[in-house]
Amino acid sequence: MIHIGLSHFLFVSIVLFSLGIFGIVTRKNAVMVLMGIELILNSANINFIAFAKFGNFGYQGQIMALFVIILAAAEAAVALAIVLNIYKTFSTVNVDEIDTLKD
Amino acid sequence: MSIYDLTFYLFAAITVISAFFVVTTRNIVYSAYYLLFTFFGVAGIYVLLGADFIAVVQLVVYVGGILILLLFGVMLTNKITNVQIKTGTVKLVPAVVGVALLAGVLGASLLNTNWKTISSEVPFSTTHSLGLLLMQQYAVVFELLGILLLIALIGAASMARK
Repeated sequence: MIHIGLSHFLFVSIVLFSLGIFGIVTRKNAVMVLMGIELILNSANINFIAFAKFGNFGYQGQIMALFVIILAAAEAAVALAIVLNIYKTFSTVNVDEIDTLKD
Repeated sequence: MSIYDLTFYLFAAITVISAFFVVTTRNIVYSAYYLLFTFFGVAGIYVLLGADFIAVVQLVVYVGGILILLLFGVMLTNKITNVQIKTGTVKLVPAVVGVALLAGVLGASLLNTNWKTISSEVPFSTTHSLGLLLMQQYAVVFELLGILLLIALIGAASMARK
């Protein structure tokens, strides 16, 4: 049996990233696109922490992961406000129907 | 197979399977709940990587904050009374092909790279060291991120109230 190493964690990260991309390009709802972005940010965080552990970089990778989490929180708040405004203007949040800048 | 390996496979399975359901389930509310399990699985992977503080932050910020925000987004922008909460998909076949190609390229580069790893001892607790690092070496970034978060939240609140 292979011992769990760096590539196992990187593999999980690749799967999460691909699923996130898949969610972003296929789902209509804007909130679903946001969920895809969150999946991608999580996969990036796994990469940061896995490289920091297996490359013996100390705590730098974990600090970066912390910053990514903070930025994800800010991004989610702003994105939700934008989605609410879009819903108020267009009465829909399906990204394939929102194709005008001005009504 | 050690208990570490078993735990890794358990958390990896939780993460991957629930992430798959997040992007394939048609009901958005179910997607949000599956996202909860994905975040839990990722937090478990952080613990296995020796990042206990990040794991707790992941649970508090993602599950307690971002997921609730996303659920608010779903509930406020869909009519609950008529069954409009389902969402459609667009361009499924090209997306599957493209994403499979992307994952294949990434996986091939993962397998073909000779990763050099150094074994590092698992720290007992990372909170103390992370706190020192945040307050000394990364103090400016820390303060800037605080200001950025404040600006983003004020901006979001004023934008949503209009």
